[in-house]
Amino acid sequence: MQKRLSNWGNYPAVVSDEIAFTQEDQLREYIAGHSQMIARGNGRCYGDASLGKHSISMLKYDKMLSLDTTNGIIDVQAGVTLDQILDIIVPKGWFLPVTPGTKYITVGGAVASDVHGKNHHVDGAISGHVIDMDVLTASGETICCSANNHSDLFWATCGGMGLTGVITRVKFDLKKISTAYIKQTQLKAGNLEEVIRLFDEYKHYTYSMAWIDCLQKGDSFGRSILIVGEHATPEELSEHQRKAPLTLPAKRKLTIPFNLPSFVLNTFTVKAFNWLYYNKNYRKVMHKVIPYEPFFYPLDAILHWNRGYGKAGFVQYQFVVSLEQKDGLIAILKRISDKGWGSFLAVLKVFGKQDSLISFPMEGYTLALDFPIRKGLFEFLDELDEIVLQYGGRLYLSKDARMKPGIFRNSYANAARFADIVKQYNPDGRFESMQSERLSLIK
Amino acid sequence: MPIVLLLGAGSDMAVAIARKFAAQQYHIQLAGRHTAALQAQQQDLQVRYGVTASVHAFDATDFNSHPGFFAGLPAQPDITICIFGYLGEQTKAQDNWPEAAAIINTNYTGAVSILNVVANSYAAKQEGTIIGISSVAGERGRQSNYIYGSAKAGFTAYLSGLRNRLFRSGVHVMSVQPGFVDTRMTQHLTLPPLLTAQPEAVAEAIFKAMKKKKNVLYVKWHWKYIMLIIKLIPEGIFKKLSL
Repeated sequence: MQKRLSNWGNYPAVVSDEIAFTQEDQLREYIAGHSQMIARGNGRCYGDASLGKHSISMLKYDKMLSLDTTNGIIDVQAGVTLDQILDIIVPKGWFLPVTPGTKYITVGGAVASDVHGKNHHVDGAISGHVIDMDVLTASGETICCSANNHSDLFWATCGGMGLTGVITRVKFDLKKISTAYIKQTQLKAGNLEEVIRLFDEYKHYTYSMAWIDCLQKGDSFGRSILIVGEHATPEELSEHQRKAPLTLPAKRKLTIPFNLPSFVLNTFTVKAFNWLYYNKNYRKVMHKVIPYEPFFYPLDAILHWNRGYGKAGFVQYQFVVSLEQKDGLIAILKRISDKGWGSFLAVLKVFGKQDSLISFPMEGYTLALDFPIRKGLFEFLDELDEIVLQYGGRLYLSKDARMKPGIFRNSYANAARFADIVKQYNPDGRFESMQSERLSLIK
Repeated sequence: MPIVLLLGAGSDMAVAIARKFAAQQYHIQLAGRHTAALQAQQQDLQVRYGVTASVHAFDATDFNSHPGFFAGLPAQPDITICIFGYLGEQTKAQDNWPEAAAIINTNYTGAVSILNVVANSYAAKQEGTIIGISSVAGERGRQSNYIYGSAKAGFTAYLSGLRNRLFRSGVHVMSVQPGFVDTRMTQHLTLPPLLTAQPEAVAEAIFKAMKKKKNVLYVKWHWKYIMLIIKLIPEGIFKKLSL
């Protein structure tokens, strides 16, 4: 059926022919008869990665095949979403090995983006936890691959944005927990230097990230709040929480039912929001034990928060530069701050080492910001891209909707090798997204 | 816990119904043609809800196999839900008998064939619940889908008669008129969002209605009135409409 589709940024929107399937044979038959198709999960990447002429919706291919609660291994069809998995595994004392800032993504999408979480510096990205997975390739063959078996396909599929074929099944390991709570510490940092120092000081914590107020200048440039956490032990819980340590209290969900007019978010409101956010942390260091949901998924509490940016949508800009290129981070943040084009969210995180073919994370600083679409924005972001490139950094494809092909090729060292592997499994380029076309990813 | 038999267990609606009942700790028997896909569903129900689920080969149009199929189930289900259906293509069915026959045999004859067996078993033991998923398309024949519609009309009448017969035996029969549902069966159609239910909502409504022993369930209340209006249009006018 022809549908108007867009991802989380509401930009771009395209008319696409979307099909769903529940059996592998149905998918195989569809693949044999189509080109210009791309698998699509829950549409939570921000840009144009899972948009194509033909969309293969994975959402009905959502069966959980096995759960080994002794060794912590789950095997699922790729359309299962992380929230469904959490509902099942948390009460049994297990957690996702890696999770991004939303749980409303499919497992297939998580692997195709090789997602990272607040624990990247300790646990790496999701690809490091995949035991094996099935990929249905253009020839109609389903190949089970892992780091040791068909490893070329495996590494080109992790972070490969769906271009090697359709990820249909993923088996991955889980993390043992004894409570559904996180022991969190929040630390105020007056400026960028301080938060970077704090990141280093707190790097032994499993989870860490910082909110940066991008609009601060002068001495308080880079003013931020570092949030670190560990899975809480039963002893750390309150008496009330300890009664059912693996069960979260029920909560209400808020939603933004329609697109807000774009004037709602302007420099003033963003400044006010940031001011409130910073100052609600009235002490320099705050400790508390909170349910895992607000810790990992603060924005999931507001369904459709993306509508807050209005009908025109927004892009999220996320880049990484190596630890040696702190100047690059400062230079880019300065440009953003000077421009004042606002950013509801700005998240800073330090990545650990990661060896992979085409995944985004590499050891260094990563910063993610939202920009509502406006006139001149893309020109401005092009300028930022040049600075990122100059400092040897790169952009996250799952957030990208507008990068130029040259930037991609020059910033991802393995771009050519990736394209070669994709060509083996997808020789006629039948798996193709708007993004792969725009960036000539497989040309 | 009670056992639920799902006939036509592979459809999107069936997946949602199975999950709803499994979440309430019912044991599930999955019956359908594509047993490989049903295996995945069986595992899914066990992993998600920790209930027992089993897979049974069943073909709605293989009428002769029905008595043996039902007798051969490892345990007799307390609730039988008849979900299978085939929308087919109206224009094709008009001049292609195999297509027309497939529509009639799946939606009507097959349903009658298996439910006769189930009904007699439930009547004999004086308990049980039968739920049939029919369609609002069966309430008045329209040029765009009257072959499917007439088969469903037959099924609706069958369910109503069965309800009447089994009432005194203490067996409950519920007819479900889902209206538009967002499933793979309808994925090539453009459906009005307000009148279209998600399979999960259908499953929820069926479970609730079953608990209340409802006789006829319209999943979205609008449909009851839409169909009432459609049925009230005089035939002289109706035949001129392009519906």
